[in-house]
Amino acid sequence: MPDTHGAPQGFLRQYVFSLDHKVIGKQYLGLALVAVCTGMVLSWLMRWHLGWPSAAVPGLGAVSPTGAPSGMITPEYYLSLMTMHGTIMVFFVLTTAPFAGFGNFLLPIHVGAEDMAFPRFNMMSFWVTFLAFAVLVSAFFVHDGPPISGWTAYAPLSAVGKDAGPGQGMGQTLWAVSIGLFCVGQLLGALNFIATTLDLRTKGMSLARLPYATWAWFITSVIGLIAFSVLLPACILLILDRVAGTSFFVPAGLVISDRLQPHAGGSPLLWQHLFWFFGHPEVYIAILPGFGIVSHILPAVARKPLLGPKVFIACLVTIGFLSYTVWGHHMFLSGMNPFSATLFSVPTLIITIPATVATLLWIGTLYGSKLRFNTAALFCLGFISVFVSGGLSGFFLAQPSVDVYLHGTYFVVGHFHFVMGVAAMFGIFAATYFWFPKMFGRMMNETLGKWHFILTFIGVYCVFMPMHFLGLAGDVRRYSAFTDDYMKGSLPLHRFITVAALFTGAAQLLFLYNLVRSRFRGPLAPANPWDATSLEWSTASPPPHDNFGGQPPTVFHGPNEYGVAGRSGDYIMQASPEPEPAA
Amino acid sequence: MPSERARTSPVPAQTGVVAGIAAITMTFAAFTSAMVMRKGGASDWAPLHLPPLLFANTAVLVASSGALEVARRRLRRDAPGGSMWLSATLVLGVLFIAGQLAAWRDLAAQGVFLATGPSSAFFYVLTATHAAHVLGGLAALAYLRYRVRRATIAPLGTLGAVATYWHFMDGLWLYLLVILTVFV
Amino acid sequence: MGKVFAVIVVAIAAVSTTIFALHLWWPPPDISVHGAGIDHELGQTMIATGVLFVAAQVALALFVWQGSDAREGRTVKRFPGGATPLVAFAVVLVGIEILALTFVGSKVWANIYIAPPDSGALHIDVQAEQFAFYFRHPGADARFGGLHPDLIDDGSGNFFGLDPANDTTARDDIVSSSLVIPVNRPILLTLHAKDVGHSFYVPDLRLQQDFVPGLVIPLHFTATRTGKYEIVCTQLCGLGHHTMRAFLEVMTPDQYDQWLKTQAAQQ
Repeated sequence: MPDTHGAPQGFLRQYVFSLDHKVIGKQYLGLALVAVCTGMVLSWLMRWHLGWPSAAVPGLGAVSPTGAPSGMITPEYYLSLMTMHGTIMVFFVLTTAPFAGFGNFLLPIHVGAEDMAFPRFNMMSFWVTFLAFAVLVSAFFVHDGPPISGWTAYAPLSAVGKDAGPGQGMGQTLWAVSIGLFCVGQLLGALNFIATTLDLRTKGMSLARLPYATWAWFITSVIGLIAFSVLLPACILLILDRVAGTSFFVPAGLVISDRLQPHAGGSPLLWQHLFWFFGHPEVYIAILPGFGIVSHILPAVARKPLLGPKVFIACLVTIGFLSYTVWGHHMFLSGMNPFSATLFSVPTLIITIPATVATLLWIGTLYGSKLRFNTAALFCLGFISVFVSGGLSGFFLAQPSVDVYLHGTYFVVGHFHFVMGVAAMFGIFAATYFWFPKMFGRMMNETLGKWHFILTFIGVYCVFMPMHFLGLAGDVRRYSAFTDDYMKGSLPLHRFITVAALFTGAAQLLFLYNLVRSRFRGPLAPANPWDATSLEWSTASPPPHDNFGGQPPTVFHGPNEYGVAGRSGDYIMQASPEPEPAA
Repeated sequence: MPSERARTSPVPAQTGVVAGIAAITMTFAAFTSAMVMRKGGASDWAPLHLPPLLFANTAVLVASSGALEVARRRLRRDAPGGSMWLSATLVLGVLFIAGQLAAWRDLAAQGVFLATGPSSAFFYVLTATHAAHVLGGLAALAYLRYRVRRATIAPLGTLGAVATYWHFMDGLWLYLLVILTVFV
Repeated sequence: MGKVFAVIVVAIAAVSTTIFALHLWWPPPDISVHGAGIDHELGQTMIATGVLFVAAQVALALFVWQGSDAREGRTVKRFPGGATPLVAFAVVLVGIEILALTFVGSKVWANIYIAPPDSGALHIDVQAEQFAFYFRHPGADARFGGLHPDLIDDGSGNFFGLDPANDTTARDDIVSSSLVIPVNRPILLTLHAKDVGHSFYVPDLRLQQDFVPGLVIPLHFTATRTGKYEIVCTQLCGLGHHTMRAFLEVMTPDQYDQWLKTQAAQQ
């Protein structure tokens, strides 16, 4: 039973150090919003430089005099922008918003509980994550600048210290500390999600009746529990190599900046194995909440049940399990035993099956539907389209023989941006438009929302589909510029992508404006604006402090009762005592 | 009603501890596999002579688990002395940590530090990480003792969860002792 | 709104598929022996994913179009057969696809990375460093000199850390900043890194392999066309990563012998 807490008094207890999962969820979302704006601005600078390498960025010289003297982005500055962009987006946006943000707000309500199982741990998990973000951002302000080794921080570049170049001094250490803290925050959060889902379900809420988003959050938290527990020791060992003179990841005989490095016996491949053992499940942590969110919203907007819900849950579980068996596909060419490549490619290809099934279940749900085209619905439909695109390009990279050509090229960048930067983001957008009324008691503006969707949907395809073309032509990733003759011919396409990226970025202003305006001036929201079934719609918008006003609900149905003759319309709410109509 | 639910469904604290144990197991699995890969990948592995104090510390930790079990039984049967045996567990736990610190000083006196070699690096990392988690367990035990002394009914759910965690720290230490002896 | 979405999806699918199909951006012509297998796999995967891509996007667009029908009294319909045909389709079709690609692909992969090099292969040593590649031929004695990191001195051109004063085998090693090889001759490269991780990538050769500090990694191939091709680094190695490249020069056997003689005289 959670430490039940009465409604808090005072600004600090209510809004800052709150134990209430709803406040904590909003705090996570606020953090993610700051992070995504930061990450997006970094990407604009990167794209600017890629399109026009000799053009100065007006005003940047004042902000970063060393990194971009007179506004000219230096190669090391580009790489640090890239490293911070990846780190901020993967950790502080894609892990934070769909999982910690929406999950925290909704999971206790979905199971019918008053709060998470461990509210104090929950509060700690947010503030540790916040601290992690602060530590990461501080890397921008240290003398040597932020790290330049990518979000993957491969050793020895990341492990030898400042000899390796700009950004590899204090900046890299701060990165490792930040990520270590982030792991701790996520582990505390995972404990809460797991205990709450298993132990705090209200009367009648069997596991089979859990909403699909809740299943996704639960499975994601189990994946995270295992994955972050491996990244944390990896970061500790990396920090020790950097500051304590150990050699976990650095072999002997390295000459960097004309200095023979004082390390011996370490293995750069060890870092890669530890990192990717975390790293691959991490990308499923980023996408599975989106799977759940789409499966949660789609029936409500299609006015018919999700097709094959038990199969869908089985897909989530299978993907979660298989996600631990595939990490080597990031390392086909790493120098590990080439037999392992074939070994890893088999589960990598097999994991496409549950992902395909899930996609087909969504498309099958749309068959014969009566769609309500609100913005949440549009982003779900868009999710399906971009997930198909991103998932299929993974098919190429899963085969070692094809990866020989495509590894390290823009094909990979296009692939992971489609599945993470676009599909997972669309999941976040869908969740925002769907649950904003519940969270803030006001409706968002639908006209702005639809324009946001259309411009973003077209925009992301213009940004990321061409990257596959570049990759096929052999264009290499992580290059700050395409100088000399190599791939100079790709410059026009890079410029097209840059224009599309800036345009798509500008379209996000519609979203930001909509958020702020609706928060204060949106029309008041009813308890159930979408005629949806799950428990959050059985309580007020926003919910009272203990979620259900002192009366924990009793659950009579699963979440999938759409397209049926119910008392309130073509659906039956989970908490409604009316009987299910005869089949 | 929430109290009805508490009788039929597992206590969240217990679920949380089990999940936490899974996480900690994965962390030590990661360290173990790192150690195996590091030892096998280079020829600079010098075996470490473990300070004999470690074995005495092991006895102390096992005794603390025993004390905790006595405390648990007493509290479950509402017999007297539960709080005293909890205090004994705490004292033995603190003694364990002190013993580990002394063992590190022993090694340092022999000139074996974190960066001396890969075997010593793993020794310090593994024992320090374990000790850090034991400290967390001590904090939980202290909190539990505080709750027991304050309450008329013993918080059996929390007691069970803390006991599970503490016994796991014990078992984890035995595992580490084995691999440190055999492997390092 | 639904119809607008459906049209946009179909348009995007059509434009993308056309660009892929027309090979507007495509790998350069293959100049290797093993590359045909890779190109075949790539082509087959492109066709398979292309079909699935178009089918999925069109199905999505079609159902959304139909779902936007706002007529009164329309009832929702369940997908014929329910989830079962979809699961069956995914398991069977995708499963067959996977088996085929794995079976064929593993042979292509094994050819490059598992099969041993030709016994008569020309052995060239490759060193990657921040931010250049250097190549070393064994010279007339067909033996490589030992490497001493403490002797590395880029200023005097001793990139590899050779010790010609004390090491006779090192005296005739030929060091070059280009990878010069004869055509149609099996080549064995041994890759090692001086400082951090790098990677060796020649798109035309359909070949890529990371350098791992502390390891010496073999890589073998045979080039089938003369010419000059770019070798680029594909593993982030620092601020000069984007400038780290060298040239692969594939020569006729006569040209290669001539080059070797000239180099030997200059060392």
